[in-house]
Amino acid sequence: MSRTSTSEKTPPMISVEIMGKKYQVPEGLTMIQAMWHTGHELTRGAGCLGGICGACPTKYRTKDETKIKTALACQTQVEDGMSFSLIATYYPNQKVVYHFEEVKDAKQDLFRYYPETALCRNCDACTQACPKGIDVRTGVWKAAFGDFKEGAELFLSCVMCSLCVPVCIADIAPNQVGLYMRRAQGIYYDEKLPDLANRVEEIDQGKYDAEWERLLSLSDEAIKSEQIS
Amino acid sequence: MGKMETSKKRVDDSRLSRKNEDMPRLSPEEKDALVHRYHPDYKDEAYAEIRIGANKGERTVHEVARLLEGESPFFEKSVPLSPTHQVDVLIVGGGGAGATAALAAKAAGASVLMSTKLRLGDSNTVMAEGGMQVAVAPEDSPVRHFVDSLKGGQMANDRTLLRTLVEEGPSVAKWLIDIGVLFDREGDGNLSLRAGGGSSLPRLLRCKDYTGLELMRVLKDCVLNEEINVLEFSPVLELLTDGEGTCTGAILKNLDTGKLIVVQAKTVILATGGIGRLHIQGFPTSNHYGATGDALSMSYRAGAVLTLQDTFQYHPTGSVFPEAMAGLLVTEAIRSAGAHLLNIHGERFVYELETRDAVASAVIRECQEGRGVETPAGRKGVWLDMPLVDLMNGEGTLKNRFPNMVRQFSRYEINIQKEPVLIYPTLHYQNGGVKINVDCESSIKNLFVAGEASGGIHGRNRLMGNSLLDIVVYGKRSGNAASRRAEEAAHGKLTLDHLKIFHEARKAAGVMSETISPLLFPDYVNKN
Repeated sequence: MSRTSTSEKTPPMISVEIMGKKYQVPEGLTMIQAMWHTGHELTRGAGCLGGICGACPTKYRTKDETKIKTALACQTQVEDGMSFSLIATYYPNQKVVYHFEEVKDAKQDLFRYYPETALCRNCDACTQACPKGIDVRTGVWKAAFGDFKEGAELFLSCVMCSLCVPVCIADIAPNQVGLYMRRAQGIYYDEKLPDLANRVEEIDQGKYDAEWERLLSLSDEAIKSEQIS
Repeated sequence: MGKMETSKKRVDDSRLSRKNEDMPRLSPEEKDALVHRYHPDYKDEAYAEIRIGANKGERTVHEVARLLEGESPFFEKSVPLSPTHQVDVLIVGGGGAGATAALAAKAAGASVLMSTKLRLGDSNTVMAEGGMQVAVAPEDSPVRHFVDSLKGGQMANDRTLLRTLVEEGPSVAKWLIDIGVLFDREGDGNLSLRAGGGSSLPRLLRCKDYTGLELMRVLKDCVLNEEINVLEFSPVLELLTDGEGTCTGAILKNLDTGKLIVVQAKTVILATGGIGRLHIQGFPTSNHYGATGDALSMSYRAGAVLTLQDTFQYHPTGSVFPEAMAGLLVTEAIRSAGAHLLNIHGERFVYELETRDAVASAVIRECQEGRGVETPAGRKGVWLDMPLVDLMNGEGTLKNRFPNMVRQFSRYEINIQKEPVLIYPTLHYQNGGVKINVDCESSIKNLFVAGEASGGIHGRNRLMGNSLLDIVVYGKRSGNAASRRAEEAAHGKLTLDHLKIFHEARKAAGVMSETISPLLFPDYVNKN
């Protein structure tokens, strides 16, 4: 979005319905841009405007379709006859408070924090609701079966928009389960990193102090031509 | 075939023959000349002299000058200043720096309140694609990271701040991994490192092209698990002082109800991010909706010294087509992986991994001199040829390493694995900000600033990956320092006395503008 388009050509107008009211907007706008165009002041429902923060989960229906679909409003272009509502500016989701210091077995403890995870009935509504195209259902099963590595990878692009949560018939919060699984994978199961720990120690022990002293005594010109190897 | 299609075909046709072509690097003199001639930082008519305040006489762009010289929303208004909240540390801003600061302050034992304009996590942090620079490779060192960053910053970096940034890099990377941030690994389990523009060695830790999302998701989860009190949709509108130059709290506004919230705090940390939504010089931006430079105007009115207000980063590769994607970033890591930049004739015109200031200047040069491609909406751009990444690194590389990019464009039926896209520089980052010391304290006592809102670390041009590092290193330092200070400080008097002093200065300098700052949101709403 920018106000600096230098266009003088006017694109064709289309009809859309925003929260139940009909408007005419130029073709080619995203849902959020269509809201600005029609005079909506937004404080909720707009965030990064790049499809990454999850602030704009939206329900919509296209012309002549019965199905109500889900989308991120900043990432979805309006089309003629579309009806949409930025309804989900806040989901009262459960977010269980946990402290990994107190976790003994992360894979077992998942059921302590999110016991519903075991109750998935395979309906796949979560996957269909995901605006990022994540195979959410498989991710939940990976969590339940303790395959955190693969499960974590599936939730890589999760923006925590929560569109998967209200559609779950078992009341699972799949995005929260995914996040727990990702963090647990990093904390407990990924390979340790001795090189990184060594580097931290080297710095603490002053290994680079002499080099700093030499460098910081140099002129700008000398630093510019510095080739450290 | 239209001009755009004809030009695109030239790019497609020359791809194979360009694959191994060498592009000469710019000499330091050539780079200086290019940047001075074409970079927006050197466009005189875009600049004004700041007429009042601590930086009086210095230059900044009109868009920032207006806000710095703006009047407070509370000037000559009667505001009851009895506090609704009393805390040790108030943290303003819910991005990476604010969240890290809150975690550090809480861990140090302080009582903490966070205030955010949008939701916790809706920020520029979450959008960061490329990675985080940390000198972890055995052949690398913090000193080398320092030299690269200093050269990249046109030697204008605050050296103490920069040294601390690079030296604490490895320890904050370790902390992030310890709290469950999943950086990409190599087959042997070691961290996978990539190159960035202006860096002499591959030094970027990343999580595909979702690095910021990964960081923010984990930091936010930590804030929620620590049960830190976060007031969302409640931006700060003004700072409070004791009338003698010490910051003592702030006035927030609940955007849902319109009610004011008065917070009395022993220390305040501003972590409100950058300025992209000011659309400086009319540029589109890669920034989130709330990036309106709120810390600058509020701290300036209270007397803070700013630094490097004349320099901004225009990321070379912002999308310009389709129109709905205008301004959105295409990560620099794509150029690190081999993508070429080409003008309307299908010719390369700059080594793609020069620093951002140089590459952006070269793109602007091509477009100004008639070698740009015009989009149907009237924007100009040059081609970024991404299919080369797969040609050079193997089929599937784009899909594996840049899933977000592939997905973003595929929504508009553009397949970046097969075709080039049009880009132009997009307003990305404020190089400067509120001047701080190494504990993030500003020139106002008990007012701390962290992350993009602060200035000095990156000089006149930030290197890719140094911002994610900045927000964690200095987020932590600000949280630690602010909570230490809170241990020895008492709550101070709450006044708006600094507004009178500021107003007198305005009057004396003949500033007549009716601008109220902070801006809070860009004005995109159609009034017709």
